[in-house]
Amino acid sequence: MKDTSPPVTSGLRDTELDDATLDRLLKKTWETPKGLYGWLATVDHKAIGRRYIVTAFIFFLLAGLAAVAMRLQLAVPENQLVGPDLYNQLFTMHGTTMMFLFAVPIMEAFGVYLVPLMIGTRNIAFPRLNAFSYWVYLSGGIMLWVAFALNTGADAGWFSYVPLAGPEFGVGKRSDFWAQMVTFTEVAGLAVAVEIIATIFKQRAPGMSLDRIPIFVWSMLVTSFVILFAMPAVMIASTMLILDRLVGTHFFNPAEGGDALLWQHLFWFFGHPEVYIIFIPATGFVSAIIPTFVRRPMFGHLAIVLALISIGFLSFGLWVHHMFATGLPQLGESFFTASSMAIAIPSGLQIFCWIATIWGGRPIFKTPMLFVLGFIVTFVLGGLTGVMVASVPLDLQVHDTYFVVAHFHYVLVGGAVFPLLGAVHYWYPKVTGRMMGEQLGLWSFALIFIGFNATFFPMHILGLQGMPRRVYTYMPETGWAGTNLFVSLSSSLLVAGLILFAWNAVKSLKSGAAAGDNPWDAPTLEWATSSPPRSYNFSRIPVVSHREPLWAQRQFLDVVSGLRVDARELVSGTVADAAPQLREPSVDNSIWPFLSALAVGATFIGSIFTPWAVVWGGIPIAIGLIGWFWPKGNPEDEE
Amino acid sequence: MKQRLVLNLRDLPTYGFGTESPMWWGTLAFISLEATGFALAIGTYFYLAFIAQGWPISAPPPNIWPGTIVLVMLLVSVVPNHLVESWAKKEDLGKTQIGLTIMSIAGIMPLIVRIYEFPALGLSWDENAYGSILWLLLGLHTFHLLTDVGDTLVLMVLMFTRHGKSGRRFSDVSDNAFYWDFVVASWVVIYFVIYVFPRWQT
Repeated sequence: MKDTSPPVTSGLRDTELDDATLDRLLKKTWETPKGLYGWLATVDHKAIGRRYIVTAFIFFLLAGLAAVAMRLQLAVPENQLVGPDLYNQLFTMHGTTMMFLFAVPIMEAFGVYLVPLMIGTRNIAFPRLNAFSYWVYLSGGIMLWVAFALNTGADAGWFSYVPLAGPEFGVGKRSDFWAQMVTFTEVAGLAVAVEIIATIFKQRAPGMSLDRIPIFVWSMLVTSFVILFAMPAVMIASTMLILDRLVGTHFFNPAEGGDALLWQHLFWFFGHPEVYIIFIPATGFVSAIIPTFVRRPMFGHLAIVLALISIGFLSFGLWVHHMFATGLPQLGESFFTASSMAIAIPSGLQIFCWIATIWGGRPIFKTPMLFVLGFIVTFVLGGLTGVMVASVPLDLQVHDTYFVVAHFHYVLVGGAVFPLLGAVHYWYPKVTGRMMGEQLGLWSFALIFIGFNATFFPMHILGLQGMPRRVYTYMPETGWAGTNLFVSLSSSLLVAGLILFAWNAVKSLKSGAAAGDNPWDAPTLEWATSSPPRSYNFSRIPVVSHREPLWAQRQFLDVVSGLRVDARELVSGTVADAAPQLREPSVDNSIWPFLSALAVGATFIGSIFTPWAVVWGGIPIAIGLIGWFWPKGNPEDEE
Repeated sequence: MKQRLVLNLRDLPTYGFGTESPMWWGTLAFISLEATGFALAIGTYFYLAFIAQGWPISAPPPNIWPGTIVLVMLLVSVVPNHLVESWAKKEDLGKTQIGLTIMSIAGIMPLIVRIYEFPALGLSWDENAYGSILWLLLGLHTFHLLTDVGDTLVLMVLMFTRHGKSGRRFSDVSDNAFYWDFVVASWVVIYFVIYVFPRWQT
């Protein structure tokens, strides 16, 4: 219904308003208009976060289907279902999609949705950049999969090694689409990292000093810094790759002074931190879920925060362990063995803190907690094989075998997807206002946990028996047939569990029990507002005086007043103590981020075919950006 | 949950400068990631130089003059840049308008010299890896120069419109000055890599 109430007095503050009037006026100021325009123009971090999450899960589904096709092919020896060329595309699309289009974006998406709520603010910093990042990410993902549908799918592996991906062997446009997909996703990823850093530094609720920041928020802060310093490496590398392929540069051509190993250094300087970009937020989920379900604050809060920061630093000192088989100097290899083993220390510290918290609490075994327990078991196994392959002689033995495939799936699925699924069950009521089914949750957890272990544990053995990764078939004489069939059959359990999970999520949207504001009696600020939260998150910005604010003060929520209600306004404060400094205006909805993303997308895609696209594309991009930043006379622009 | 008013922020300002402003932190974050990009490109330069038999590969060191002129221009521009910043912080609209006009010219001039700097490198990007990395380094810096000049031009025009009277615009001007310092500082480093290092080698 259209709001026909009289216009709000300019500069009206919330101080004297009763709750109903305040809600009505804030709604008018903050709400996204209905219809297509509103959908394209919204800058609400919750709408964009939800979009990111749903889109990332769709890419998860596509990458999962590629995995199903591979398991069908490998179920029996000398299978004719998939040929070698398609198989190359399948494993490349699977890895690329999982890493670039699913794992990193979904972790950032949870940050986009949750961080502003958990720190008690009304929107993310730079909301238009946030909207822009989503459209750029979506365009990159669609481009890659449309190319695959046209038989131009990337086929040189998710790390796209040269010379295989270079101009000499990587014929056609397949690797060009891969390289530009990297540019799309990294632009989006870097933009979100900048937003999250500025949000956490400046927009925390008054009183939320550094020692009161929730651990999940810490994990997103550390992750964002890792993104800031890791992702430029892959952008530079993929730019060099596409320049080698399109305009004849020689970065990776040894005949003209280039070097193929340069690619590996640049790629893994990004690629190893990438694992921690996925893993650190997942540990943040775990640290959010455990206290709620064992009914006590986290044991060793400070130790966990320090562990997260040290993991962030150490993640930059490990990249060469992906290159042990390239014949690097031994002293260098020894250094990287030591640093690879060193990162097990802060990871282990976190695990001991979690165990101690569970030990000292009264665990309630609801679905989110089950996934956390599944995570601890699975991740410890993956971590142990990680310490094994950190050793050069062992690594040389199992390099490029299924042992490594098993190891990184234990780390990535066990270490990140399990906590992620737990996080979906945990925050689903906040996002949708409804609970996910507990019975279905239990079944999906059981199927996923058993299916995962039965699928991936035998791969360790296949690897030790010598089965290389990325082969489209194998001979019966190898003796790998029985184990491969077992793996393929087990993967159907995993798939069934994931289908149950998806069904639970879809079904609960309509028929889930009403959640209320804080169904789990959790301690952090996102549970202090309605489920789903209103467009302005909090009718008044909270004031924080405790690390678990909702447990420390159950009667009242301390809040600030004095903010405008006729313009989008939030509180910005000091970095360390969150002492209020500004009533910071927050920008209104705008179509320009979407239009700018279209211009950027067209330029990136055009540049696959002609370098002139960069020149001509600069014009619509400049128009888009000027439209984006030019003040429109809104009250938010003019103060 | 019932609310209890404990703090009234009615008197807080709505914009600030430097570390007070979220935009300053956003700018710092962008500078950090772009500096990482520069550092990796420079790392690539030295990696390629390290594995090469001789450096520069099949070419004399690049003609130093166009790059040096750009260096001098950029270093000189730091003075008006900081003047604009201080005028913006004092919210002096007239001087800020003049300062941004000077900074727009100070940004366009090195871009014109840059047109002559690319051929002065002495070889094309597709001759060998040395040529490739030179063009990449110079291209990366030119891209930054171009975007910041674009930003300065838009801000300049904005300050001559009615929108210029808003305090937030002055804050934007000071963040733009902060970013310009980064463009200048990054050129000092890249200048030494492109022009001084090969001479020092030979």
